Amino acid sequence: MSGSRVSAVLADTKAQGRSALVGYLPVGFPTVEGSIRAMEVMVENGVDIVEIGLPYTDPLMDGPVIQTAATRALENGVRVADVFKAGEAVSAAGAAALVMTYWNPVLRYGADAFARQLSASGVSGLITPDLVPDEAQDWITASDAHDLDRVFLVAPSSTDERLVSTTAASRGFVYATSLMGVTGARASVGEAASVLVERVRRVTDVPVCVGLGVSTGEQVHEVGQFADGVIVGSALVRCLLDAPDLDSGLQALGALTRELAAGCRR
Amino acid sequence: MSDNRIGRFGDYGGRYVPEALVAALEELDEQRSKAMHDPGFLGELAQLHRSYTGRPSIITEVPRFAEHCGGARVVLKREDLNHTGSHKINNVLGQALLTKRMGKRRVIAETGAGQHGVATATAAALLGLECVVYMGRVDTERQALNVARMRLLGAEVVPVDHGSRTLKDAVNEAFRDWVTHVDHTHYVLGTVTGPYPFPEMVRDFHRIIGVEARQQMLDEIGRLPDAVCACVGGGSNAMGIFHRFIDDPDVRLIGLEGGGEGVDSGRHASRFSGQATPGVLHGAFTYVLQDDDGQTIESHSVSAGLDYPSVGPEHAYLKDIGRAEYHPVTDDEAMEAFRLLAQTEGILPAIESSHALAGAMKVGRELGPDGLVLVNLSGRGDKDVDSAARWFGLLPDEEEQS
Repeated sequence: MSGSRVSAVLADTKAQGRSALVGYLPVGFPTVEGSIRAMEVMVENGVDIVEIGLPYTDPLMDGPVIQTAATRALENGVRVADVFKAGEAVSAAGAAALVMTYWNPVLRYGADAFARQLSASGVSGLITPDLVPDEAQDWITASDAHDLDRVFLVAPSSTDERLVSTTAASRGFVYATSLMGVTGARASVGEAASVLVERVRRVTDVPVCVGLGVSTGEQVHEVGQFADGVIVGSALVRCLLDAPDLDSGLQALGALTRELAAGCRR
Repeated sequence: MSDNRIGRFGDYGGRYVPEALVAALEELDEQRSKAMHDPGFLGELAQLHRSYTGRPSIITEVPRFAEHCGGARVVLKREDLNHTGSHKINNVLGQALLTKRMGKRRVIAETGAGQHGVATATAAALLGLECVVYMGRVDTERQALNVARMRLLGAEVVPVDHGSRTLKDAVNEAFRDWVTHVDHTHYVLGTVTGPYPFPEMVRDFHRIIGVEARQQMLDEIGRLPDAVCACVGGGSNAMGIFHRFIDDPDVRLIGLEGGGEGVDSGRHASRFSGQATPGVLHGAFTYVLQDDDGQTIESHSVSAGLDYPSVGPEHAYLKDIGRAEYHPVTDDEAMEAFRLLAQTEGILPAIESSHALAGAMKVGRELGPDGLVLVNLSGRGDKDVDSAARWFGLLPDEEEQS
């Protein structure tokens, strides 16, 4: 078990008898400064861990909401280095941070150089939706060298053998995808999530956070009954996407974050 | 980075996918491995090729076209004569049979020029499978005839409005569908890229092109060619014809990429001659047109089928070890080759294949009158008649204007 800030937060929320709230926003949308302010607003309103998205041109695990925001961020000129700025800001705001990124931008930057920069900016590690441990030797080496978390994903389709190998490679927490599909709000979370978490718990003590499809305080409460953390993305991004200007977007974001945080604390 | 990880061609290949797809890829790998050793499966596929695809496809020597190739002899492998009009049917029939074997009832596909989509819709109709084809909005407009063909065959065609709205975005959308519906859906990936086992599996279904062509050259021409030319988008037709010649060191393997408006213009699809560098796209580690941040750069080619910023990982390997060479062909050069083949031999090639013909014109001039060039004519030009007619200003309203 690593001594990362994410691990400390998950230990702390567990001690409080509740799940942690993990909130996702992409850096650079609507602007780099605006996105950093939005991440601070999430922290101020009760998010425990910020998942900082690194926009990518071909995000094949993301639904239309996150892809639209990421595309606009790229059009607005966001650069990979901006993710480190966001990491510093989230750290300064008092929350733990992870970067969620597709693998190619890290590969292009250089896994070790990326890890060094992450570490320097106070980010605990990476969530890698298209990198399974089988292909992650470069990242495993770099994350070991810089004492960073490695959050790999497990899915309802994962075999028992893969649950063992994937969780063994994971550090910080394991990201359990609640359903087969891509990011985006769903009407209900469904039974697959609790079944998957139960299967994961049989093979590891690493904390399990659940994501995909969670968008309301009620759903956060429901998932928080069986998971160590609940991950919300598209619903938070939508607050900024649908708002006529940044200020009203931040207000909506704050209100939704409070609702979600209350769901964790019921 | 040489290692024993699965699905690698040297450093290239691999399986960079969401965990949700790993189980399906492993099932596919297991099933296709068994199938490729199962006489029943191979017999069924061979029978379909004989009685449905029209295999073996013939070879045709084109002496009048060859007059523009430095006098070298030029022979075409006629994949354009296959049912549905291109090489794509070889792979699709194989994957459709595997879909049935896996007990799945739905297939999805991505398509650029539409030939892979048409082939998939055809196989789905033949075998009673539900079929959805993703196609970039831009490509649905420039390949409207093939969109109509797919719909007539009973497939649903979904235009993709994300990103560059071309082939790479159709691939993204197909992957999203697959992640969501993987329990009953097989993704009939159309070229020799993507996560393992796709590059190897698609190549193996297309190897028949090279197996036939090599034997036909020996039987009908009397010797092996000095060079084999094939266009390379993702690279499936090229890999199909190259593979049987890899162990013939005197045969040059030449891949022709979409050079667009010229490599220096920045508007091209040339992964090996442009600023492409090794990276990950669509599940494979290979050459990718990307910027300094690892963001994919949009490609450009007059041919929708070559307009793709990445390339099959085995091609990346063949390039690095020097076994195959890759050159860009500009839009202008390809269209001139299109016109020449049409007017000297009465064959309308696909614009993709016209890149290979342009390559043959160049290599033929290098080889001279003693040279012998085999060109994979990967598809016919029916789908491109509108584009070509516009290019040459042959439509009635344009004639009036000119």
